[in-house]
Amino acid sequence: MLELRDVHFYYGQIHALQGVSLEVRSGQVVCLIGSNGAGKSSTLMAISGVNAVSRGEILLEGEAIHAQEPDDIVRRGICQVPEGRRIFPHLTVLENLEMGAFLRNDAGGVKDDLDYVCSLFPVLHERRGQRGGTLSGGEQQMLAIARALMSKPRLLLLDEPSLGLAPRIIETIFGVLARIRDEGTGIFLVEQNAHLALNFSDWAYVMETGRIIMGDEPAVLRDSPAVREAYLGE
Amino acid sequence: MSTYARVPLIGLWFAFLALPLAGWKNSLWIGLGCAAVVFVVSAARASAQSGALAGPAQRIKTGFASAWGFIEEKSYDKRYLSLFLLLIIALPWTLDRYSTDVLVITGIYVMLALGLNVVVGFAGLLDLGYVAFYAVGAYSYALLNSWYGLSFWPALGVGVASSALFGIILGIPVLRLRGDYLAIVTLGFGEIIRLVLNNWDNVTQGPNGILGIGRPYLGEMRLYKPMHFYYLVVVLCIVTIFIVNRLDKSRLGRAWAAMREDETVAECMGVNIVYTKLSAFAFGAAWAGFGGVVFSAKQTFISPESFTFFESVIILCMVVLGGMASIPGVMLGAFILTVLPEVLRELTLFRPMLLGGAMVLMMVLRPQGLLQAKGQRHHLERDKPESKTGAGR
Repeated sequence: MLELRDVHFYYGQIHALQGVSLEVRSGQVVCLIGSNGAGKSSTLMAISGVNAVSRGEILLEGEAIHAQEPDDIVRRGICQVPEGRRIFPHLTVLENLEMGAFLRNDAGGVKDDLDYVCSLFPVLHERRGQRGGTLSGGEQQMLAIARALMSKPRLLLLDEPSLGLAPRIIETIFGVLARIRDEGTGIFLVEQNAHLALNFSDWAYVMETGRIIMGDEPAVLRDSPAVREAYLGE
Repeated sequence: MSTYARVPLIGLWFAFLALPLAGWKNSLWIGLGCAAVVFVVSAARASAQSGALAGPAQRIKTGFASAWGFIEEKSYDKRYLSLFLLLIIALPWTLDRYSTDVLVITGIYVMLALGLNVVVGFAGLLDLGYVAFYAVGAYSYALLNSWYGLSFWPALGVGVASSALFGIILGIPVLRLRGDYLAIVTLGFGEIIRLVLNNWDNVTQGPNGILGIGRPYLGEMRLYKPMHFYYLVVVLCIVTIFIVNRLDKSRLGRAWAAMREDETVAECMGVNIVYTKLSAFAFGAAWAGFGGVVFSAKQTFISPESFTFFESVIILCMVVLGGMASIPGVMLGAFILTVLPEVLRELTLFRPMLLGGAMVLMMVLRPQGLLQAKGQRHHLERDKPESKTGAGR
């Protein structure tokens, strides 16, 4: 579905992505693990079109999308949930959700999807008139995911959805992600919490200083001594 | 520090601030006055917090709150709106020429403030050089009129178009800038425009300005009295309010709001930042062009002196004081900051100080501005928020 081929990206003088190649097959959950500053978020932002790729290509179903504007990427069905639950704090929950459907013209379909995401996260329905910034951390993360779902993505990019959340909330959120996956949406998950990510994924990549150093099935990675030492704390 | 312990300290601080301006004796009074105000305010706050605000004080407070809520909520109610309109139409017949003239200026500032509100309030782009677009509008009419004899109405269109164009010209280099960097560049832009007008002698006549700019005609009627301009400005203000209000509620308005809140996330949601930002600059500048053309026609004389950085600051103060992103708020801000200095003519010398003091007080006491922008502006389903209880679940 999505393929990155030798993608390079410079953040000012810093060579943040040094030839990243990876693949997300449709219907799969693929995760990208790695430590702080490895280039995980830069990879997602490159896919989203926010970071301009300097070399290499990004293909969506065989079509190059790395030269396109972020809104075209969303239109093609890739939507990102950025790191740190960046919701719109002064807009209400409902307005936040509407922003997710910004590019859609099918009012009826948007209404249905609003009901759908509210069924996934009932708390958002309860809080729909509240300003986003007044929600708790977990609720904000739910809102950020629901907002991305409002664009009706084929592929959802998630940047550290577990960051700073209580285990119970993480469980709820990953329960919903599993449901989204089962309904056929591809998920590309970036996580520092390697345990969580490996358990949830069908395929996993390990990133270090701007490069993919490993890519295999989660079970294989879990047995690899290097991964165990560096990311699973064993 | 306890609430009351800071009272004498605040008094002392203000006395100290006033010292170089007002001399020993007056500073003492200023200090005492400030201390008294702070004392009353903190006492009122303390009693309100402890719930001990009883009897008349409570009634005054709730009365004030409900009156304010009335203004904030009912501003678009048709009945009150038509009453207000009647008042606006009747007003110049009860006033002398001078006061009407002040109201004309007020109207121009309402347009300017509403335009800047598009950039600063809706789109969240801090623009410190807004007056440049005002100047572009004013000079387009002045130059086209004195060179080619272009009349007012087509010039209005040309002025708006050229201001919008300059808005885009400013917008392109600052597309990737945010916050303070953006503010500095816009400030520079404002100064560049003023300096060009000041120094390009054979086109703009430099600091001497342009004299004898033609008056507008409405059919056969020549508009020259303050009252004529009053009605002209009222009509243009209504057009401005209508369009700005529509913009705010439009899809573009939502894109602006999202960009104001978080540019990167807005981009991830499919908002085209280039288009959204440039349109904010263009739409904001367009109203300044409108105001500029009217200003030229009213004054019949313009010079770069009318378009200094201080003007930009004043217009920004109107937006901030009235309430960013709130259309009635911004209008109120423009009204207060043009009419009040006229009423308090004797205090002309203290204007910058009073303005600064008012801004500091506003930021401390009511940072959202006099009239707060409505929280829920865009609806998919119309319903009231049910629970306002925080997030503690």
